[in-house]
Amino acid sequence: MLLRGQRLEATKNISTPALWLLIPNAGHYKFIQISHCSKMTNSNMSQSDVQKSDAKKSDVTPSVAPKTKVIVDPERCVQRLILKLQDYWARQGCVILQPYDVEVGAGTFHPATTLRSLGPDTWRAAYVQPCRRPTDGRYGDNPNRLQHYYQFQVIMKPSPANSQELYLGSLDAIGIDSSKHDLRFVEDDWESPTLGAWGLGWEVWCDGMEVSQFTYFQQVGGIECNPVPLELTYGLERLFMYVQGVENVYDLDWDGVPAEEGGKTYGDVFHQNEVEFSTYNFEVASTDELFDHFKEAEAECARILKFGEANAEKNGKAKGNLLPLPAYDQCLKASHLFNLLDARGVISVTERQAYIGRVRDLAKACCEAWNKTQLEEV
Amino acid sequence: MSEFLLELHSEEIPARMQVKAAADLKKIVCDQLKSAGLAYVDARSFVTPRRLALVVDGLPEKQPDVSEEKKGPKVGAHEKALEGFMKANSLTSIDQAEVRNTPKGDFYFVVNEIKGRNTTEVLSEIVVETIKVFPWPKSMKWSKNSFRWVRPLHSILAVFKGETLKGSFDFGNQTLDFGNKTRGHRFLAPDWFEVKNLDDYLHKLRLAKVLVDENERRDLIETQAKALCTAEGLSLKDDQGLLNEVTGLVEWPVLLMGRIADRFMTVPHEVLSTSMKEHQKYFSVLDGDGKLANRFVFAANTEATDEGKTIIAGNERVLASRLSDAEFFWDQDKKDKLESRVEGLSSIVFQAKLGTLAEKISRVQDLAEALSEQVGCDAKQARRAAELAKADLSTGMVYEFPELQGIMGRYYALHDGEAPEVAEAIAEHYSPLGPSDACPSAPVSVAVALADKLDTLVGFFGIDELPTGSKDPFALRRAALSIIRLITENGLQINLRQQISEACIAYQKTGASAAKPLGQDPHMGAGITFFDSAFKDNVNGITDTLMSFIADRLKVALKDKGVRHDLITAVFALGDEDDLVRLLARVDALAGLLKTDDGANLLAAYRRAANIVRIEEKKDKTVFDATVDTVLLQQSEEQALHEALEGASQEATKALEREDFTGAMAALAGLRPPMDAFFDKVTVNDDDPALRKNRLCLLSRIGVILGQVADFSRIEG
Repeated sequence: MLLRGQRLEATKNISTPALWLLIPNAGHYKFIQISHCSKMTNSNMSQSDVQKSDAKKSDVTPSVAPKTKVIVDPERCVQRLILKLQDYWARQGCVILQPYDVEVGAGTFHPATTLRSLGPDTWRAAYVQPCRRPTDGRYGDNPNRLQHYYQFQVIMKPSPANSQELYLGSLDAIGIDSSKHDLRFVEDDWESPTLGAWGLGWEVWCDGMEVSQFTYFQQVGGIECNPVPLELTYGLERLFMYVQGVENVYDLDWDGVPAEEGGKTYGDVFHQNEVEFSTYNFEVASTDELFDHFKEAEAECARILKFGEANAEKNGKAKGNLLPLPAYDQCLKASHLFNLLDARGVISVTERQAYIGRVRDLAKACCEAWNKTQLEEV
Repeated sequence: MSEFLLELHSEEIPARMQVKAAADLKKIVCDQLKSAGLAYVDARSFVTPRRLALVVDGLPEKQPDVSEEKKGPKVGAHEKALEGFMKANSLTSIDQAEVRNTPKGDFYFVVNEIKGRNTTEVLSEIVVETIKVFPWPKSMKWSKNSFRWVRPLHSILAVFKGETLKGSFDFGNQTLDFGNKTRGHRFLAPDWFEVKNLDDYLHKLRLAKVLVDENERRDLIETQAKALCTAEGLSLKDDQGLLNEVTGLVEWPVLLMGRIADRFMTVPHEVLSTSMKEHQKYFSVLDGDGKLANRFVFAANTEATDEGKTIIAGNERVLASRLSDAEFFWDQDKKDKLESRVEGLSSIVFQAKLGTLAEKISRVQDLAEALSEQVGCDAKQARRAAELAKADLSTGMVYEFPELQGIMGRYYALHDGEAPEVAEAIAEHYSPLGPSDACPSAPVSVAVALADKLDTLVGFFGIDELPTGSKDPFALRRAALSIIRLITENGLQINLRQQISEACIAYQKTGASAAKPLGQDPHMGAGITFFDSAFKDNVNGITDTLMSFIADRLKVALKDKGVRHDLITAVFALGDEDDLVRLLARVDALAGLLKTDDGANLLAAYRRAANIVRIEEKKDKTVFDATVDTVLLQQSEEQALHEALEGASQEATKALEREDFTGAMAALAGLRPPMDAFFDKVTVNDDDPALRKNRLCLLSRIGVILGQVADFSRIEG
């Protein structure tokens, strides 16, 4: 089960031009590689979670028309819940950041997590991150699936001794009472081939539903984490749907204000985005230009790193000369462009691995440069 | 009697690792106790998601004293040797050593009396060492530490005779002292408390809502789950694997029952069960007719203040969301006929070098049709079932639940109005999946199942992807065993060699077409050229390798049933037998023969004859295989043997033609008296070379004639 991919229900259509590789496994066939499998932004794709391919209007779930706004409790509207999470983690010593301003597929890709996981310093941060997964678009027709959605991300380095208690405190803060609910830590290890990263941890279950990912990072960008950071990821839409008791993401009460007073639902805020971006991602995006942009971002990333390296060598100092942060922006851009190309279905099986490898090379190089600037401090 | 109690308290240990971890803990500690000379009466380990515990009972207060004797250098040895010996044993003068006379001369000896250490001291070291060497399948670092454990380790309870052991464990950045405290359930009793001994530990943990004994938890889960079902007039669907997994997810199981919304009950029940089990770890519930009931049972890990109302409602919601996925796939998938999905198989790669599934299907169709006569089914139905067998792989449902492949195919086929035999064959053609899986017996199912597996084996053998050692990534051993079971359990008379070459020919046919769709990919293109020629030029090679592979699997399978492997080898050595049913009949008959006195003595006599022939052949550097010259048969015993041999040979041949293997054996069993008589009266190595040669040729005939039923030289014992 995947949280960060917001994969609650899937509308899958696999009779696409995708090439699948099957191997007989214990007499059955096991799907081992599919052209639209784990996307590179999808840092927390579990192994079992093979992605579907592009879905067109014809094969999505029957449209669930957004209902009239129901306000269960203004304290549990989307924006209040986000504020509560921010407030809670601020009290645990986290700096509250704002979303990163480059498109990412998961909160993990924010440099505040990826890069800051490396280096010897203490780092505690929490932020909401909008995430984009072009292939998950469903033209606003699926009650559980979005191409743009929110994650709430917490990163604490070194991982606190009471990590689990701190996390459970955050559920309490948003009204999930442990005396009424069944909260469980169920094994779920994390690996991101794109970031050269892995960690061990759990998916957290609340009454059988996965509400968060809880990971002790072990490696990022191929570099051993020391100290080890704790990463928490909450899929906000799903979590809030549970807290509000709604079945359709578009029914989520956004602001706690009645409709007649101008109050908004999630659908009021985002439905049009989903329709337009699904159309763009699947039908309009110009693949030639995207391929060009990908190459440009890749080249720019390499150029920035090279420039920094030359300066660092000349001045005998990494920090202030190496430029991992601007280079990493280019890596993120390349990653998102790849996802768009993937959504357009123009990347073949063999190319796919190669593209993922190219982004990984960029990510690793950025992480290495970042690490140099951090280690120099001590 | 002194008791040692150890508890390693950590964050949640993955369920799948717990049972082995408990066993490892016991073994690692006990091995160290043994090598430290600390005898104990009993040891038991326990495991929950958050704790790994061990109790060792009946330990002594201290290690026994031991005297250790060391032999030193010879008296009068070099100065350096003496110095080294003195230094190693802390002697100030060599006079402190004892001189003893040995057969090799006078040597210095020293006897060290080693006082046994206190058990507490040794135990402290054992605890540290155990934690250090513990073999987790996957472990991690946390915080600023360099030490690895399965998840962060929070406390070490180590108590001996009611007292806390002195000691601590260094994680690299943080040190954890041994203590005598633990804590209860995460939510229900999170406070720390002191523990004196095992009884105290179990008792207090129980009060603190933790059942530390996994067996007790498992039993409780099962009992409670059954009770919930019984109360509703229903029964629990047995699933030991799930039960074990759930046991590893809870410290304080509270079983609850939820409802499956009625609208989902029209979805195939296998789908509901699979979704509940795989995603949610829910138990399925059956009604009086053994059908899936609209209930599910699950273990919560807490006693909720509202008796679980919120938890049940939450789980029902999650399940509803899961099942609406399944319902959606079910409705979507039915919109397209299974038939229409066959074409899509051309975009699924079976194996890079072996082309697509569409090509596999076209081969399996040919093979299934070819097999239909021997299996006794309608050729058209076999073809149709083979055509549709893999079509469900491109349905949404099978994509979501790969374990339902075949089963979904049956549902969709019946929905499309396919013949029931065809639908059944689609469901069953993957079977038997293992030694305990049911073997299909419906003829169409058997034909398709055999064809599918033959095609897979021939394909992988053709591209030289053979299993090695413990590695069998394509489950080829299992496929071979399935073929054996399909043939033998259904009593099919099939010439395997011929079927294998049919399968090679099928590959030759699809080889050419495979180049087209995949031709753009240089990777695939190369493979096809390769396999194309392999299946043309190396049919005999593939057949031989595959036949001996199947023979090996047959030996393993029969060995499990208690059949002697040497008898199988003896029959296989005949070389030309590729009909497995006949082969087994031969083995049975041979085993029957050897159980009789006549058979056992015949074997002894055969060996005597074979030995003589072998020795003399070696001596003469020749082979005694000439026809026996009846004129040279002088003694009555040799004449009698000759007659008996030829008579038995004819009789055996006739019996073999009738496939009466027991009859053939009986004919041969009659050879015993003339053979015994021959050895009693006749001197083989006569001075007359012509007589000698003739007698050796006569003895040689014995092996040849017995060889009609088995190679007796392969029989052991």
